[in-house]
Amino acid sequence: MSFLALAAISKSFGPNQVVKDFNLSVGKGEFVSFLGPSGCGKTTVLRMVAGFETPSAGTIRIDGQDVTRLPANKRRIGMVFQAYALFPNMSVSQNVAFGLKVAGADRATISRRVGEMLELIKLDHLGERFPYQLSGGQQQRVALARALAPKPNLLLLDEPLSALDAQIRVSLRDDIRAIQRELGITTIFVTHDQEEALSISDRVVVMHQGRADQLGTPAEIYNRPATRFVANFVGKLNTFEARIADADEGQLNFAGKDFTAPTPLRGLRSGDPITVALRPEALALHRRHDDEASLQGKVLDFNFLGSVIRAKVEVDGRPICLDMFNQSGFTMPPVGTATELYFSRSDLLVLPE
Amino acid sequence: MKTIRLFPTIITVLAGLYFLVPLIATFKFSLEMKRGELSFAAYQSVFQSDTFVQVIGFSVVASLVAIVLGALLVVPTAYWVRLKLPKVRPFIEFVSILPLVIPSVVLVFGYARIYGTGSFLPLTMTETGLNVLLVIGYVVLSLPYMYRAVDNGMAAIDIATLTEAAESLGASRLRTILAVVFPNVRSAIVSGAFLTFSISLGEFVITSLLNRPAFGPYMVQIGQDYAYQPAALAVMAFAVTWVFMALMEFFGSRRPGQRIFPRLRVSRFRRVGS
Repeated sequence: MSFLALAAISKSFGPNQVVKDFNLSVGKGEFVSFLGPSGCGKTTVLRMVAGFETPSAGTIRIDGQDVTRLPANKRRIGMVFQAYALFPNMSVSQNVAFGLKVAGADRATISRRVGEMLELIKLDHLGERFPYQLSGGQQQRVALARALAPKPNLLLLDEPLSALDAQIRVSLRDDIRAIQRELGITTIFVTHDQEEALSISDRVVVMHQGRADQLGTPAEIYNRPATRFVANFVGKLNTFEARIADADEGQLNFAGKDFTAPTPLRGLRSGDPITVALRPEALALHRRHDDEASLQGKVLDFNFLGSVIRAKVEVDGRPICLDMFNQSGFTMPPVGTATELYFSRSDLLVLPE
Repeated sequence: MKTIRLFPTIITVLAGLYFLVPLIATFKFSLEMKRGELSFAAYQSVFQSDTFVQVIGFSVVASLVAIVLGALLVVPTAYWVRLKLPKVRPFIEFVSILPLVIPSVVLVFGYARIYGTGSFLPLTMTETGLNVLLVIGYVVLSLPYMYRAVDNGMAAIDIATLTEAAESLGASRLRTILAVVFPNVRSAIVSGAFLTFSISLGEFVITSLLNRPAFGPYMVQIGQDYAYQPAALAVMAFAVTWVFMALMEFFGSRRPGQRIFPRLRVSRFRRVGS
């Protein structure tokens, strides 16, 4: 049975419908991310779960209880905001203690729990400091401890890493996941950063124009995008306009060659136009073990990105990208050289129209 | 090479003289009550007057009541507008600056018409009623300053997100206001309060037309009857205003949670196992 269940949720602000028929079921202890561009409705869904917005239609259930109309302060939800939102008039310890005081915990319990939480976020030496005396990363850790202190049913994180610099973002991301695993708390994480969502989550919901385009594990989202939007939004993609040569045999034609589709072409007829795609890392300049197909191209440019080298190659008159590991002994073919690009048939993505 | 900015310097010196010369002259004059020597006799004379003690007491109480009333009106309004009605903010701001546009005399005549004889609420017929109208008048006059101070204070701390954070931790709206909103806009309220106090203390038009025994009309009356005491009163009024400006600056520049005087703090939350 799902711990958090959103059924047919919609939300309109005036004539603007920002969330449309949104359904989601989250198991206890699961870490689910909402991923999407700005304005896709991900934060609105989170705010409805938190109780800061009321759905125009649909129901929200937490642990079997209908909380759709329950005020935010009665939901027992921990929330971490993008802007930290620590109370400036309170010290770190007082911030963490706030929820416990509101719940009416006794002094000994508050003191013990605050100590535990500060130890969990590794800031037990900064309990007496005020928020303005902390760095952004430290403030967000305190915000996390404050949200977790009253032992909430659900943890909601609204783009908690967006205001931090790259290095802190990665380390805090790992810490959030470790703490979530340790406490086993059901968590919803909102982000527009695909790397963040894919690296931290059990499952990812990719949102687009107020709807959930796809719900799946990070690998499913990346390797088998359900919609054209998901394919384009998550990761880099090389797309090719193709035509179905033989629908029954699963034969496609693009870039002047015939290929066999990795999955049956249901609902399509021979001659239909179709879009196919290949991830940059699915292509290689040298034939690998599983590669059974290839394209003809001409090297345009190379970008050295550290661990990865990105090549730009012209195929069928259009530039496409391919990524290779920066392995020792690898020599780049000169720019302008004709080359063969190898790939495995199973990496070919057939995008729905 | 250091450039001497002649014109701005001249302007600054002239402005300083324009401000300081009358003040110094008034101060010097206030010390010359006794022929041939400088003394504080005029100040002594002012403090020995029973009327002075009465009017200053009345004005202080009326100003303090106006501060409390103003804070109770402005803080929840500014909070609610920022939280739930952001679109109404320009309108509220416009209303808050109306007292700067509408002369006080118009306000008092409005009071006299609405709350006069034969009105459903004849406040002008009793002493208490007149005092109530005076305090409300002070609240109205200080509204532009109080509202701006409090609204700026709220803008500085993103009050909407803090409210949501408090609510997600289980706090009721009342608890959020008392534990989060008020402490974080305290400096702003104090700044607004000092401005209200300064305005109310020296206010003349409303106080005089409502015939209240307050400091403003007293100063004018003294000016007609005596020579040195009004000068002493003017210097004292300046000194009080400056003290309040300094206090406002002091409270306004303090960070939330920062103490006035540093003190040793003992941790109330000890580490587990320590």
